[in-house]
Amino acid sequence: MIALLRRDLALAIRAGGGFGLGLAFFLILCILVPFGVGADSAILARIAPGILWVGALLACLLSLDRIFQLDFEDGTLDLLATSPLPLEATATIKSLAHWITTGLPLTLTAAPLGQLMNLPPQATPWLVAGLALGTPALSVIGTFGAALTVGLKRGGLLISLLVLPLYMPTLLFGAEAARRGADGLDPTTPLLLMTGISAGCVALLPFATAAALRMNLR
Amino acid sequence: MPLLYRLGSAGIKSISCYNVYHCIQKSRPAAKNTEAFPVARQSAKRCRMEFSVQDLACRRGDRTVLSGVSFTVPAGQALILRGANGSGKTTLLRCLAGLTAPAAGTVSFEADDVAYGAHTDGLKAQMSVEETLDFWRQIYGAQSIAETAKAFELSPLMSRRTANLSAGQKRRLSLARLMLTGRALWALDEPTVSLDAQAVAQFATAVSSHLSTGGAAIIATHIDLGLTGAVTLDVTQFKAPQSAEIDPFLDEALL
Repeated sequence: MIALLRRDLALAIRAGGGFGLGLAFFLILCILVPFGVGADSAILARIAPGILWVGALLACLLSLDRIFQLDFEDGTLDLLATSPLPLEATATIKSLAHWITTGLPLTLTAAPLGQLMNLPPQATPWLVAGLALGTPALSVIGTFGAALTVGLKRGGLLISLLVLPLYMPTLLFGAEAARRGADGLDPTTPLLLMTGISAGCVALLPFATAAALRMNLR
Repeated sequence: MPLLYRLGSAGIKSISCYNVYHCIQKSRPAAKNTEAFPVARQSAKRCRMEFSVQDLACRRGDRTVLSGVSFTVPAGQALILRGANGSGKTTLLRCLAGLTAPAAGTVSFEADDVAYGAHTDGLKAQMSVEETLDFWRQIYGAQSIAETAKAFELSPLMSRRTANLSAGQKRRLSLARLMLTGRALWALDEPTVSLDAQAVAQFATAVSSHLSTGGAAIIATHIDLGLTGAVTLDVTQFKAPQSAEIDPFLDEALL
């Protein structure tokens, strides 16, 4: 399992990998929004939590179709499916690798980018905590979507359509936690709900992902 | 030992297994078995066993391509699959490897006994030869890659990226993975594509040494590998009745 994780991370970082993709998108969005909205710091502070969360979500979506498609096309997925590693473990590792290359960098860069968006300082810890707790769910749900569409050419659009509704609860609770943090209210309730969603997804979805892969490898 | 394959015979083949502790004699039931890939289990390569298939029906997508496939491959034997394009060789091999659950019939061995070699190479352009072999070594828990690299003459290429290999070298790297699996039955789909005469001979040697250590092989190929005692099976005779409309190019189109 660790070998597979190491391989996936190495492939993501090397030329042609998807490591910088999500992060670059997030960065560009956070730089462009203040230009587009204008320099009114009050408006920026108001929309910052929502924009940062939507940006993180779309950045996650960007690299989803790479999770299984590349391995499927060159035949590696067949070989992994027939290896001693159960497909559930493969699915979990693929999600973890996606999170490390997408969710983790987004979480780490959210604090400085929040300043760019004039996010109130008291909201920053809640935004970062929300992203840290919510992005695992985004990766796991995304992996499931990728498994459903693995055999399809240009499955990217279909993944987005399948996965976006499933991303909604995480987005709502994550943005709500950051907004409450900004307004000085208690953000623990949305945070806890979001953590529950993440924990449930991480526990259950690898099995669904493995089942979807088996169907598509037939 | 002569290889017996029977067309739809009802005879029950026994699995001769000297090391019963390591060889779990369990048949894979058909259709209902949704668990196509049982939990990882170290396969028992060096226990001598027979690999037999009874009245197997294989599916490709929604269509039943083959039916009534029965054969037995004893340890130390190679079975060569022949048949025109689209006759179901790939379908049969994918079924044996556990990628598809059989639509009917029983398989006397588990998917974990089979090392599947597809006709795609399954290589990553950004990884070096050594990294590729080492990755599969770790996945299968093999001891060392040095012997494997030597057998397929990959030692001088170890630090080279897969992207910079020739088609034949890629093929050799892909086949080298088989030695690392430590599994008893090699199920290979057109393994000699883009190999030169010398590499084919090397590959035949590797298969022979696998057979001599108690392994078995089922190989779909159109060339003569020169394996002693190999038996040929034409899969055309197992063609499922309703599959007359199947596109002859389907075999390639779906992979």
